Amino acid sequence: MSYITGVGLTSFGKHEGSSSLDLMSRAASLALADAGLVRSEVDGILCGYSTVSPHIMLATVFAEHFGIQPSYAHAVQVGGATGLAMTMLAHTLVEAGVVRHVLVVAGENRLTGQSRDAAIQALAQVGHPDYEVPLGPTIPAYYGLVASRYMHEYGLTREDLAEFAVLMRRHALAHPGAQFHDPITVADVMASRPVALPLRLLDCCPVSDGGAAFIVSREPTTEARVRICGCAQAHTHQHVTAAPSLDRLGAEIAIARAKASTGVAISDVRYAAVYDSFTITLAMLLEELGLAKRGEAAARVRTGYFSSDGEMPLNTHGGLLSYGHCGVGGAMAHLVETHLQMTGRAGDRQVRDASLALLHGDGGVLSSHVSMFLERVT
Amino acid sequence: MNRLADWTNGEAAIVFQSCAACGNRQYFRRSFCASCGAMDLQELPASGEGTVYATSLVCRAATPETKAHVPYNIVLVDADEGFRMMAHGENDLAIGDRVSARFVQFAGRLVPCFAKAAQPDKTGRWR
Repeated sequence: MSYITGVGLTSFGKHEGSSSLDLMSRAASLALADAGLVRSEVDGILCGYSTVSPHIMLATVFAEHFGIQPSYAHAVQVGGATGLAMTMLAHTLVEAGVVRHVLVVAGENRLTGQSRDAAIQALAQVGHPDYEVPLGPTIPAYYGLVASRYMHEYGLTREDLAEFAVLMRRHALAHPGAQFHDPITVADVMASRPVALPLRLLDCCPVSDGGAAFIVSREPTTEARVRICGCAQAHTHQHVTAAPSLDRLGAEIAIARAKASTGVAISDVRYAAVYDSFTITLAMLLEELGLAKRGEAAARVRTGYFSSDGEMPLNTHGGLLSYGHCGVGGAMAHLVETHLQMTGRAGDRQVRDASLALLHGDGGVLSSHVSMFLERVT
Repeated sequence: MNRLADWTNGEAAIVFQSCAACGNRQYFRRSFCASCGAMDLQELPASGEGTVYATSLVCRAATPETKAHVPYNIVLVDADEGFRMMAHGENDLAIGDRVSARFVQFAGRLVPCFAKAAQPDKTGRWR
């Protein structure tokens, strides 16, 4: 058994003058306080990466900076799936008895620590160095390719995609820490600047500064009892050119494995936290995970199914699209929000029932997938 | 293995590898077959004919060299020889279009760029 005993999240947006280590430290302090633990009780550290301040040993750089001498520490790199991959590893380490309390942490000054061109350029390097990068694609272009194919296959329209941006923005309006607080409409998304068609500016997540952290422990440390039921991964390719298909993805494989290992069914799920780097990412993943039929996720957005007061509240903090995306910490915000919802601490955003949650992360170009179920234990 | 030059090293050609052991065809060059592990690979020039699988028109680029070219169309093409590749394409291409490759200069390099294939010549059928 393992429990998520504490969570910490900074606001996302501009943190002028803060380094990646500063943002990691701030989130880690919040998570420790939330778990009611002190630094010396943490015996494991897993951290993500920083594209702004790359280092071959970021976990020990952070441990030294933060003032911890753990018995287990290293960084993990699985792109956008890193947060949930670290959580899965922390769960495994705790269950195996290797450590008692693992601090999972990431943070980056991705917005103010570099130029926007540098951010786009750094991320585009996930492409193949010989067969893709020389063609000048960007991350939005890789996802634009995916979008064109998926829309062609299942009949999604640009208006369908826009619904997801509007939903995430509506949720962000209720969170003071979100990067964006101006309401948007489907028409606004459709009229926004073209980035990599069919994707426009408001179909894309922003670049943000921010940090997120949580503690995974063998036993609950407070009244907040959220158990990791189980998790599973699938890795089908790295480069979009080598993807087996853009109509069906690894998410379907990862969720099938997670369901098989936990016995949890999609009909048991009450809250969803799903990676949303682009509107198309969210549409595809919801359908892959079985939270909507193929081609029908947007219709469910329109009926309010994924709204805070709907049957399946989704990313109630605003997701990557509107809370913001600071790299590894971006998708970790989904887990922090899930934890707050599951423990009845989400304030104005509180949903009726978040007793069982499904989380899903994706890294690369839908290359790496991690599915996870969390359960509130009474 | 006889290595053929292709666009990745400045030659106006598309090259793929074919495995003598299992028949797998791969586009990213390796010294072994990624399907069965065999080392017995043959390098072959592709015809440059194929079908559009996906497209994305890049309107926001990140480097001075690529910004000079916007908008440019990034496409995935299923080559007739049975492998998928990324390339540039004419801006009017749609999924399912039959295309053939030519080569253009992009950001100081030669890159493949697909255009709609000429209508197939069917006169031979009537001879």
